[in-house]
Parts: sequence; structure tokens; C-alpha cells
Amino acid sequence: MDEAAIQARGLRKSFGTTRVLTGVDLTVPAGTLLALLGPNGSGKTTTVRILTTLLAADGGVATVAGHDVAREGAAVRRAIGLTAQHATVDDLLTGRENLELFAGLHHLGARDARRRAAELLERFDLAAAADRRVGTYSGGMRRRLDLAASMVAAPRILFLDEPTTGLDPRSRAELWSVIRELLGAGTTILLTTQYLEEADRLADRIAVIDHGRIAADDTPDALKRQVGTERLTLRLQRPEDLPGAGARLSTDADDAAPQLDADARELTMAIHHPDQLRDALTRLHEADIAVEQVELRTPTLDDVYFELTKAAAA
Amino acid sequence: MSTITAPARTGPAVVSGAGRATTPGDLRRLVGRALRREGRRLDALFVNLALPVGIMVVFVYVFGGAITTGASGLDYVDFVVPAVLLLSAGYGAALTASNVAEDLHGGMIDRLRTLPIRSWVVPTSHVVASVVRNVVTAALALGAALALGFRPDATVTDWALVLALVIGYVLALSAIAVVWGLLVSSTQAAEAFSFIVLFLPYLSDGFVPAETMPGLLRGFAEHQPITPMVETVRGLLLDQPIGNAGWTAAAWIVAGVVISVPIAAVLFRRRTT
Repeated sequence: MDEAAIQARGLRKSFGTTRVLTGVDLTVPAGTLLALLGPNGSGKTTTVRILTTLLAADGGVATVAGHDVAREGAAVRRAIGLTAQHATVDDLLTGRENLELFAGLHHLGARDARRRAAELLERFDLAAAADRRVGTYSGGMRRRLDLAASMVAAPRILFLDEPTTGLDPRSRAELWSVIRELLGAGTTILLTTQYLEEADRLADRIAVIDHGRIAADDTPDALKRQVGTERLTLRLQRPEDLPGAGARLSTDADDAAPQLDADARELTMAIHHPDQLRDALTRLHEADIAVEQVELRTPTLDDVYFELTKAAAA
Repeated sequence: MSTITAPARTGPAVVSGAGRATTPGDLRRLVGRALRREGRRLDALFVNLALPVGIMVVFVYVFGGAITTGASGLDYVDFVVPAVLLLSAGYGAALTASNVAEDLHGGMIDRLRTLPIRSWVVPTSHVVASVVRNVVTAALALGAALALGFRPDATVTDWALVLALVIGYVLALSAIAVVWGLLVSSTQAAEAFSFIVLFLPYLSDGFVPAETMPGLLRGFAEHQPITPMVETVRGLLLDQPIGNAGWTAAAWIVAGVVISVPIAAVLFRRRTT
């Protein structure tokens, strides 16, 4: 397939007076994973619901597997699998019954449905729990079953809406490995997440969504370069030093000004290289600005946002 | 996860083995799912299995001795059977509201809607399952009544008509329950429908003769839908004249179905887009 597996141009959606999407553009080449990164309320789920034909957009066009989501819903549904944010499996049925039901509704014959269900249970590490009711499953097991349910018809394109939210670290790691396997086998995946780390680990490209529009769309490395590999936070002893410290540390040509927090007497900036840390401390020392505390951490989604929205505003 | 070894895509054999979309087949699968769910819910089992027998026993043995059947001159067990049949089946049908609401608010609907099936099959499956369940419930109530001394005097045609009426009643009520389930914002609110349905038969000619009620209630009892249904079932089973009650009952049922089905269809479309 030459064309993109998923393509959206100018998607708009409002609920009443709330404008949830103000023009979303996305392209996901076949066989790649795009992470749609954003906080709650940024429009991730709405985007997924439009692309999976669950919701009609107010404006814009989107094609999935070459079919228009608004006009060729049935064709789109045949090509996709969706794992929505909340579990979409039946709690009162067993894992096997769920998968056999969905296989049947995908119009596999009874024997094929049974075989497919057994195969998926095995593959998603649920064989031991296959005949237990889903209500007794752990969060991670439910997510895996949900993912297995999305894979019943071996879709070419998979939508995963916050697949790891609420999972413990081990279940999250397990789910990541499943997602990598699917990707390795040629599935195109659009995954939404609130976690930069998740996007970083899985995605070929990351689209950052902010207030219903795409604020950035780039490779994980390029985004990280923009945000900085590490975040440095310095707490000063004297609040009145803060503006001066900010001025001294923003002289680097390639970097925008550090983020200042007057209440906490803190200053936060991106660090791309360890030398920058030494350099920053030296400059403050030379200006006789006393530092009370130094903290280095990996960037969070908030940092990505801050950097991107700052870039957009500039 | 070491067990994940097979390639993500299965060979085309499995997937292209997918047959044509068959709506009757989809409906059958979803009805199977709905019935299976009911069989695993204690509250549903109670409503469908224990309630009809319990109510029959309570009315015949506990209240029966104290209630006069008025001008009809019937034994109380004979008098009350139709009301208990409709009460039990109706209460079970009312559960449809919760089942629909649960699908809608629990997320299952999103999965079902991304499948290549017609979306109306989903609420319809709950209605069909409800009819199946509640005909069984009515049969249980009837079995209990027979054990407690109910002696019907009915021909095969009469029985067939009673069955048709019970099916129609459950169908209409289940369709209305779907509307209710689609209107409310939570599963809890959906359950309120059961109380209305549970209450209605008491204000009919089914448990006590309407002529013993005070004016306003009596007026209500004589004109609400349960009364003609009770009178029809009573007349058919005991070989008594039913007058216009049969047609009135049929009109209520047809009206219930004809009005609620399109409303349900519109609401379902609206609530799921």
C-alpha cells in the first residue's frame, strides 16, 4: 500500500459550544506506529472515535485504509481494530466466549472462530484464564483480552486509545511487547497516550495534540532534541535573584529562555549535554547567585507541552 | 511475554474464511450472548426463576385467603394466575432497560459498533433474549400455579392465544424498556423502570377486583393496559367470555411496539454517534 494507512486533514468537532478538535492533521504510513500524545481533554479520544467511525466529524476529511470514514464506514470497520479507553469486553462472559463471540460477529465460521479464539488466547498469554469470567481478570489481563478482541479479524490497522493507562509497570511492559510484535508483523498502529516515555519507546512518530490541534508531529528523537534530554531545575536561595539568573542562563543561542517559577524560587531549563549543567552552575556562581537545590530529571509531558506551546507562541 | 511467538497476522485462511455478513446470524449470536449473561447474574436469575414461583405462593397462600374475588365467584388461585403471569414476565422484561444501559455505558457498545454488523442488531438482541427468558418465566409461574391447585379449562387455541399475548406483552414492554434504557444516563437509573412495571399490575383488575377500589384508582385500573390483558388471559384459561378485552389488549400491545420501536431506533442512533 503506497498511500498512508491513516490520513486526516482538518478534522473539526465541537460538543455544544466546546470546540474539542479545531483542525487535526495526521498521517500514518502503513506499517508504522504513530503515538498521539496529549493530556486528558486534548482531543485524543475524539480523534480516535472519528477515525474509527464511532463519531462523525463536523468538518475535515479522513481516510482509513483508503476509505473515507464518513462515507465508507463499513469498509473502514472491516479494516480496523479498536481498543477503546474503557474495557470493551463482556465481564460476564469468559475470555474465550468473548473472543468467539467477536470472531462470530466478524463472520468467521464456528470452527474458525474457535480456532482463532484459542490462538489469540495463547498469543496474548491468556490461555490459563481462558475459561474464567472476564470480571475476575486483572487490569492487565483485561487490556490484553481487549487487544486480542481487536485482533480477531487480523486487522491491518489498529487503534489503541490509552492502552496502558491504569496498568502497573509490569503489565505495561507486557503490553508494550505485544504492541511491538504487532508492529513487527506489519500492522499499522495509532496509539494515544499521556506518557512521553510510552510514545518514545513505541512510536515511529509522535504527534503532540494540544487543545484540539496538532502542536508538533515529528520523530521521537527530534521532539526530544527540542525538549532536551534532561530537565534541570535549580532552586535559588533568594527570590530576587530569579530574573537575573534567567537572563544569564538564556544566552545560549539555540535555546529559548528558562522557565521561571517565582513562588518556588525555581528555574527550569532543558539540558542536552552534561557540560551545560556545569556551565549553568558556573555562570550563576560568577554572578554570585546562590543555588539551594539542584534537580535533574527526564522530561515529562508537561515539559514537552511547555516547550512546544512556547515555540508556537514565539 | 514469552508465549507470544506466533506472527501477529494469521494466514489468510482464517480471515478470508469470513463469510458474508448475515444479520440473522449476528442476531442469533448476540441473543446467545444476552441469554448467557442473564444466566450468570444472580439478580436476573432470581427475577426470572424464583420470583414467579414466590409471587404465586405468596398470593395464593398468604393473601389469597383474605381476598375476595368479588362478582367473578372464582377461587383466588384461578383469579390471580393471569396477573402473576404478567407480573413475572413483565418484571423480567423490564430488566432489558438495565441491559441496554449497561452496554451503552460500559463500553461494550464501542466494540460492537466497530464490528461489521448492523447496529440495530444490538438492542434487538436484548429484546429477543427478553422474550425468550420471560416466556420461560411465565411458564414457571404457570407450573407453580398448577402445583398450587390452578385448574385451567382451555383449548389448544386458547393456550396458543395466551402464549401470543404473553409474547406480545413481553415484546412491547421490552421495547419500551429499550427506550428507557437509552434515555437514562446510568445503569442505576435504568433499574427504576422495573419498579414502574412491578407496580402496574397491582393497580389492575389482576390481584383484586377493580370494583373494590376507591373511585380514582378504580378508574385507573379499568383503563390501564394490564387490566384487559389480565381479563383476556383469565377468560381464555378459564373458558369465560372476554368481551372486548382481547382487542383492547391487542391494541395496547401493538401501540406499545409501534410507538417504542421507532423511538428506540432514533435514540439508539443518537446515543451512539
